[in-house]
Amino acid sequence: MTLADVRDILRAEILWANDLTTVVESVGAADLMSDVLALSRPGMLLLSGLLSVQTIRTAAVADLIGVVFVRGKIPDSQIVRAAEEAGVPIMSTAFTMFEASGLLYCALNRR
Amino acid sequence: MQMEEFERSYTITGRDFVNAGRASTAVKDILKGMGVRADLVRRAAIAAYEAEMNVVMYASRGTMTLHVTPSRLLIEVDDEGPGIADLELAMKEGYSTATHEMREMGFGAGMGLPNIKRNAHEMSIQSVVGVGTKLSVQVRFD
Repeated sequence: MTLADVRDILRAEILWANDLTTVVESVGAADLMSDVLALSRPGMLLLSGLLSVQTIRTAAVADLIGVVFVRGKIPDSQIVRAAEEAGVPIMSTAFTMFEASGLLYCALNRR
Repeated sequence: MQMEEFERSYTITGRDFVNAGRASTAVKDILKGMGVRADLVRRAAIAAYEAEMNVVMYASRGTMTLHVTPSRLLIEVDDEGPGIADLELAMKEGYSTATHEMREMGFGAGMGLPNIKRNAHEMSIQSVVGVGTKLSVQVRFD
């Protein structure tokens, strides 16, 4: 599953991305960045409802491959700029965290 | 790999959530540029970021100084702030004195210091209540 597949599965809007061919090996869902820093693995895709520059910085520091904002949240230009600076692809989906997690869990386990 | 030793300092401003994390991003860029192993770069960047967020959340200001040699990174974070009354308690996962605002930023879950310790090869902390906290973190590259 690539970031392009994630976009299609979640019917997501790409807000910034340089490469959608990156392979997603694992997915995590969290609003608590402390948990992401403590528990994430490099190469993980993060689903989050936390619309903040810190979500992007956390993803960059923890070597995550991208962030999907759930529940239709659209980040402001400051967050998009931070994503571009850090090279972290970001997208937004209308699905809830639970729905998005379920869809990606099924997709990952089908492959 | 870059062979010389050097130091770099960054000013951290309390409550400045917009710029929080910039010093840690620099840690990552420096170590990557030196050709340090990716897992060690990640450990150093996470430890630096947690330390930086602690200053932003709790202190009025602070400085992060990076002492880099070919074999290790020493991060020293010195802040002016309330200090930590009970260091033993602060090192326990889940213990936190964070405010609602800090939690809204996704932090303040009482994971900061334990997570720094988990990622560092060495860590030491000294704190004086009402004065500030001095944190020292070392990540070795070999």
